[in-house]
Amino acid sequence: MEIGQNSIEKSVSPAKTTNAKSLRLVVETRQTNPVKTFSDSQTTHSPLTDVPAKIVIRDMNFFYGTVQALKDVNMTVPANKVTAFIGPSGCGKSTLLRCLNRLNDLVDGTRIEGTILLDEENIYRPEVDATDLRTRVGMVFQKINPFPKTVWQNVAYGPQLQKIRKRAILDDIVETSLQRAGLWEEVKDRLHASALGLSGGQQQRLCIARALAVNPEVLLLDEPCSALDPISTGRIEELLHTLKERLTVVIVTHNMQQAARVSDLTGFFLLGELIEFDDTKKIFTNPGDSRTEDYVTGRFG
Amino acid sequence: MAFLKRFFASGSLFIWLSGGALACSLLLIGGLLSLIFINGMGYFWPKDLVQLTLNDGTQVLGEMVDTQRIPETVTTAFPEGQTRIQLKVGNRDLYGLDFRWVDEEDIAQQTLPQDVVAFERREWGNFYGWITEVWDGDTRLAKGRDQAWNVFYPFLEQTEAIHQEIHHIERDVIGAINHDIEQARLNLKELELNGKNLSEGSAASLQEDIQTREAAYQKQTQRLVGLYEQLNRYRVTLIDVEGKEKTFPVGGIVKAWRPNQMSVWAKIWMYAENFWGVLTEEPREANTEGGIFPAIFGTVMMVLIMSIVVVPFGVLAAVYLKEYARQGLLTRLIRIAVNNLAGVPSIVFGVFGLGFFVYAVGGSIDQLFFSASLPNPTFGTGGLLWASLTLALMTVPVVIVATEEGLSAVPREYREGSLGLGATKLESLIRVVLPCAMPGILTGLILAVSRATGEVAPLMLTGVVKLAPALPVDSLFPYVHLDRKFMHLGFHIYDVGFQSPNVEAAKPMVYVTTLILVLVVLLLNMTAIALRTRMRKRYAGASV
Repeated sequence: MEIGQNSIEKSVSPAKTTNAKSLRLVVETRQTNPVKTFSDSQTTHSPLTDVPAKIVIRDMNFFYGTVQALKDVNMTVPANKVTAFIGPSGCGKSTLLRCLNRLNDLVDGTRIEGTILLDEENIYRPEVDATDLRTRVGMVFQKINPFPKTVWQNVAYGPQLQKIRKRAILDDIVETSLQRAGLWEEVKDRLHASALGLSGGQQQRLCIARALAVNPEVLLLDEPCSALDPISTGRIEELLHTLKERLTVVIVTHNMQQAARVSDLTGFFLLGELIEFDDTKKIFTNPGDSRTEDYVTGRFG
Repeated sequence: MAFLKRFFASGSLFIWLSGGALACSLLLIGGLLSLIFINGMGYFWPKDLVQLTLNDGTQVLGEMVDTQRIPETVTTAFPEGQTRIQLKVGNRDLYGLDFRWVDEEDIAQQTLPQDVVAFERREWGNFYGWITEVWDGDTRLAKGRDQAWNVFYPFLEQTEAIHQEIHHIERDVIGAINHDIEQARLNLKELELNGKNLSEGSAASLQEDIQTREAAYQKQTQRLVGLYEQLNRYRVTLIDVEGKEKTFPVGGIVKAWRPNQMSVWAKIWMYAENFWGVLTEEPREANTEGGIFPAIFGTVMMVLIMSIVVVPFGVLAAVYLKEYARQGLLTRLIRIAVNNLAGVPSIVFGVFGLGFFVYAVGGSIDQLFFSASLPNPTFGTGGLLWASLTLALMTVPVVIVATEEGLSAVPREYREGSLGLGATKLESLIRVVLPCAMPGILTGLILAVSRATGEVAPLMLTGVVKLAPALPVDSLFPYVHLDRKFMHLGFHIYDVGFQSPNVEAAKPMVYVTTLILVLVVLLLNMTAIALRTRMRKRYAGASV
């Protein structure tokens, strides 16, 4: 973590915003702040200019040691939409996702260049606390990972870290989060049984509930359905539709039908480059790049 | 030929080899355990006393212990060869030796006399023979084998009660008085060192204190003299198989039984009593008789203290090495060093413990806090604490390695899941990673306990003694005395087996002690394993 940060300080250009207010204060004003300035730039893909931007990635390069995993990525992720990243394995889409909540900080020997703005605030500035950032940008992983604790403890884990101790408040958060994840009816009688006793689909929705419990603004999902059956997958996809009313969703997926079903915008990655980023309908029906077309029609990848 | 070719090609040879190796190992372990078990458990059984009349007319009475083929005795008359029998004849004060070999060829007659009595005595080992007279001072109370036995037996219980009282006075009452006198003396000496006038103020009251306590001590000694007189009041006259007489006080007898009259149930009862006695009593006669309670207590106590020290220490070291230190040449070197440390001979740790803990640390503690009692060392000599710390140092590499493996086995998803919810690295460690690594940590503890329980060499340098006068835990403040020397089962085996004057008599004790050492290791391990199983169940699916 420390190692990563040093190189980031050197390589990251200072954020344009001189807003001295805390990140939290910025959050309050985000809805009234359409970010036209970034979308005007030629290199920034921004298909929906009328929607406020939540995350803006500019000139981003990412290195594992000497290997460059992401090349000059520029994109604007709009608020309250589902954005999907697609592309063949090893194209860097998961790496990009993990940069959005600085989880790559923890991997030794990684280096990042460029800027990632969350509500106009560069999340890679040295004074940004990565743990605070991660409560704003939650994540659900490909490998289903409920902690070996009870259902209740899993959901209450995040709030407890924020020093919420009152049992009544925690109970309330647990119930709301489980309801938002559509799991409450199934687990309300077994809140204090081990989470590992749930089915795979339930476990993944529990992970979503756990992420929702800290009330994030952005939810990152890294191939959340790759280990699930179609019915569980369907339930999670429905869930994403309801979730986007209150937060911004970014999902990495290998399943092109899924991207087409759930997302409003789709970004296609190939060999660390963002080839095309546009309205999902356009990507799947009338892509601008021949490589995108080859991929979505299944000619390679 | 074709068969052989097929045999090699199919890999059957390898399967047979590996299976055979496993079978051999199991056989060896099973043989070792059953040897210890049979010899150890046999010790408690009250054996019949056999009276043999030899061809030359001599009479021998004793327990049959062993049978041996005499070498080079296979002749046409004896195609099987001749055998000889080892008897435990007891009566060491009469014969000089407890054991005797008799050639089977020489035996003219073999009987099981019903009224024969076996005595376990506080000195001189067992006596086998008959009781003929019972005395109260110079008055004869009973005569004749059966009558004397009936009169004698109740006295045995009385003397047992007196012995317990004596033990209580010597250990607890006088012990407490001595403790107080010692404290007062040390306080006085401290005042003297500080240049105070000894006939004034607190010093004077201390001296008064000492005098009253010494008076109390005198009183207790008087009481003891009275009790010892009571012990010697009743005496019995015993007669051995050859008619030699011996008179001694009932107080000198621990136990008396008539093995040839006992039913199987009575024997089983006595067997259980004997077993319980070994577990709970203190040793007698240079450790060859009596119980081994202080050694069991010392062993368990030492292992517990070691565990309390080694687990936090090893876990913290492993956490730093695995989670915080930058992985590189240095950490690799440290890992190699830690692994090598686990292979250092234990006596080296003993020498280090003696030099560092006992002399350097203990010596400094004495200088700083116990200067009044110098030159008598308090912590500057071997003791329970130093022995435990030495063993903790010896076993810490095992815990580090096991903990590191446990940490590696925690899936990356758990760490990232926790960090993704806004946990700091420390919070993730404490709340998710370490609980999941718990089975690995407990594996380390199990290995450490197994190694430490059986270790003897470093203990001999750092605090184990042949006979400790007091347990490390008692009713005197501060209740747990980490500075005290202690007894240990492993050292007890060595001491009884190789340092005792009467090796034959001590042999069963060696087996019993070994058996109990194995049982203690087993018990400690089972506790840790049960704990680990519970943890594993809780984290089922955690692939740890």
